[in-house]
Amino acid sequence: MLIETAVRQLRESVGEQFFRTDQEALIAHSYDGTPMLQALPDGVIYPGSTEQVSEIMQIASSHRIPVITRGSGSNLCGGTVPLQGGIVMVMHRMNKIIEVDMENLTAAVQPGVITGQFITHVEELGLFYPPDPSSMKISTIGGNIAECSGGLRGLKYGTTKDYVLGLTAVLADGSVLRTGGKLTKDVAGYDLTKLLVGSEGTLAIITEAVLKLIPQPKTKKTMVAMYKDIYGAARTVSKIIKNQIIPATLEILDNPTIRVVDDFAKIGLPLDMAAILIIEQDGEPEVVERDIEQIQLICREEQADRIEVAADRKEAEKLLTARRSAFTALARLRPTTILEDATVPRSKIADMILRTNAIAKKYNVNIATFGHAGDGNLHPTATTDARDHEEVHRVEAAFAEIFAAAIELGGTITGEHGVGVVKAPYLEWKVGEAGVEVMRGIKSAFDPLNILNPDKMFAKETKKRVVMQRG
Amino acid sequence: MRCGFCLPACPTFSETGVEPASPRGRIALMKAAVDGLMVPDQQFQDQMNLCLGCRACEPACPADVKYGQLIEQTKEAMEEHATHSLPVKAIRRMVFKHIFPKHGRLKLLGGALSLYQKSAVKKAVQSTGVMKLLPKQLSEIEAILPAASSKGVVERLGTFFPAKGEPLARVALFRGCIMDIIFADTNVNTVELLSAAGFEVYIPEGQVCCGALYAHSGEMGDARKLAAVNIDTFKQLNVDYIVSNAGGCGALLVEYDHLMQEDFKYRDSAKWFASRVIDVSTLVVEKGRIPNFAQPESSVQAGKIKVTYQDSCHLRNVMKGSDAPRILMKQIANAEFVEMSEADRCCGSAGIYNIVQPEMAGFILEHKMEHANKTQASYMLTSNPGCLLQMKAGIGKHPPDHPMRAMHIVDFLHERMAGSE
Repeated sequence: MLIETAVRQLRESVGEQFFRTDQEALIAHSYDGTPMLQALPDGVIYPGSTEQVSEIMQIASSHRIPVITRGSGSNLCGGTVPLQGGIVMVMHRMNKIIEVDMENLTAAVQPGVITGQFITHVEELGLFYPPDPSSMKISTIGGNIAECSGGLRGLKYGTTKDYVLGLTAVLADGSVLRTGGKLTKDVAGYDLTKLLVGSEGTLAIITEAVLKLIPQPKTKKTMVAMYKDIYGAARTVSKIIKNQIIPATLEILDNPTIRVVDDFAKIGLPLDMAAILIIEQDGEPEVVERDIEQIQLICREEQADRIEVAADRKEAEKLLTARRSAFTALARLRPTTILEDATVPRSKIADMILRTNAIAKKYNVNIATFGHAGDGNLHPTATTDARDHEEVHRVEAAFAEIFAAAIELGGTITGEHGVGVVKAPYLEWKVGEAGVEVMRGIKSAFDPLNILNPDKMFAKETKKRVVMQRG
Repeated sequence: MRCGFCLPACPTFSETGVEPASPRGRIALMKAAVDGLMVPDQQFQDQMNLCLGCRACEPACPADVKYGQLIEQTKEAMEEHATHSLPVKAIRRMVFKHIFPKHGRLKLLGGALSLYQKSAVKKAVQSTGVMKLLPKQLSEIEAILPAASSKGVVERLGTFFPAKGEPLARVALFRGCIMDIIFADTNVNTVELLSAAGFEVYIPEGQVCCGALYAHSGEMGDARKLAAVNIDTFKQLNVDYIVSNAGGCGALLVEYDHLMQEDFKYRDSAKWFASRVIDVSTLVVEKGRIPNFAQPESSVQAGKIKVTYQDSCHLRNVMKGSDAPRILMKQIANAEFVEMSEADRCCGSAGIYNIVQPEMAGFILEHKMEHANKTQASYMLTSNPGCLLQMKAGIGKHPPDHPMRAMHIVDFLHERMAGSE
């Protein structure tokens, strides 16, 4: 519960209508895209400017109120669930594209801008912003920066961190921090910009960002390769990279995923295939032609059953949009969909899929696999039922083993969704004890009172590594 | 599943930008009420009532969440515990219990309305300013209502109308209640269009209101009673298709199987009924012989006339019938179909939404007309009486800089069908 003085101060700061404590507002901000997680905040606040955010943080730190910042709440790591109550700060009112600088090829935006709308805006100006999380139709740039979102183009173009040049952020005590700028080169001190990207709202509240834009590729070509054997598809991925071809997009969907996606999108995917690869290359026309030809050759070598090239952009877009629905579409199978984010070096994709399927079998759970195979980022997704506690327990055990397998193959516990609360117990597996200690030190330097998104990233207890069953 | 893919599809989320006014938010509120985490208080009810029921969130949902059923159940529960004020009770009682269920009384009302419209009374009423005493929305609607009639489609054409040429199938027209009084011409035109497309048309007299207004207001018991009468009536005819020319009615008719699933006596015949329901445009395009359409001679112009189309949400999102009207419009010689941006978004009419939620309906209509006016179209076509009235109101309130006329697509086609003969 918030004390009355705090409530009064917060109301004065943003105005009556932009600070709500009614049950409707509290319930509607008690969850995000993560299944099986819910916690009520004590208030919901909608700031309109950096100054207001600063004022709010001064009030919050004087009363030690936790503050959880959020955009559209589409994240999948429980990153925006207010576990300790406090105030949820919704950034939707700060939704302006402040500037697109055609001379420096940069854009300045407020955090509440919807990513998809931003991408459309810059593309209309002939420019390109590559990070394209599957949730881009609804997710905000601020949320993408906080979680360091990836997407379908990560393999060739990198992820959000590669496109953030500068930030305005408000610290826990209300002071305003400015990092970077419209600069390609900048080594003045520690790279605080990169540090804040992916900090999941635990270090500061981002209120403005300068983003890098690049020229639009001249052409694009999209194809689908279909396989009766999923490992043939996985081997194709590794082989394309080994042949030093870097497609713009290289996605894998296994059979259960193909079925649910087609059930939703009705685009005629081959329901009898074990897996498909969706591959897109962009760039100069002759390079695109050559790469797509070579990729087709590799697909055939790895026993692709059928290969189809999209007739036009519309067909290609349909295919990519359908792929973006995969996670949600899997909910057609069972009521609860738990999606994970294990990532391995690209040469290990086939090994990781083999291991995942063996683990699913061992724990007798349904796991569908799809993901950005080209950058090694797989999304093994369990379709289960939260009401069946025994099964959920088995799912959790299976995932622990999947994370361990990923790390063993030289990978990580999350490639693009972040740690939040879901992966917190596993963070130490990846970064080690020393890594966690350094991170805790950084957290307390930024937020000594621990009021910014508490309980995220750092778990009270680390999970014990499971004993690996080899073979 | 809480991915949020539904948010951009939702008109009330677009207008407000707040989570509780989104499908994901409303479902969270419903779940909280069921879990006992929240009291379904006035604010809860207001939020549920703010939903247009356009169901645009459903095709946007990869997880196939049945939002329409959830909101319907919620409204039913709200209605069971509702304490309406006395005047509201009286109006609901009159409309729901005494007028809509009985076609004869509706016709009487139609006759009275027609008399009122034709007589000096209307002028007198309007000049005295009595209309100003009514809520603004009601008086606006009164002003745009087309001529009502006590003669519905059966009185004019009888209960059977033969096919032109070799019959392709036996169909039955669902005439609707509002449709048959203030849009009786559209019903007649629908029959003639179906006949021209090769269908034998039956118009069973015993049919009653589809029940949509009841279902959307949470009066499920009454909706089921009406459904039972309709199912019995149409079942006797043993037709191949049951044709609707109003998206709002069609969407409930096509879900009669869901509505009656608990009623084991009607379950099978409800399935029979629901599987035959089809929109007039879809039937003509998919199963009929598409007649030739051309501009009537009087309006032949040098250039092509531009036509645009406002989707009926229920036709698009529930009956999945958004392609056929577009295919038909493209068949007309001398006409150019121009798609308006966000044609798939609700116009704000939504049953009686524009009367009970005038503010939100007003915002939505304003955006709609911005897009409509940009098309430079001379005709704004629709497939549902509510949308048609709303578009007429929109053209009046936010007039484009060129002449524009709102019309039911069937009337538009019928006019051009005649022109081709």
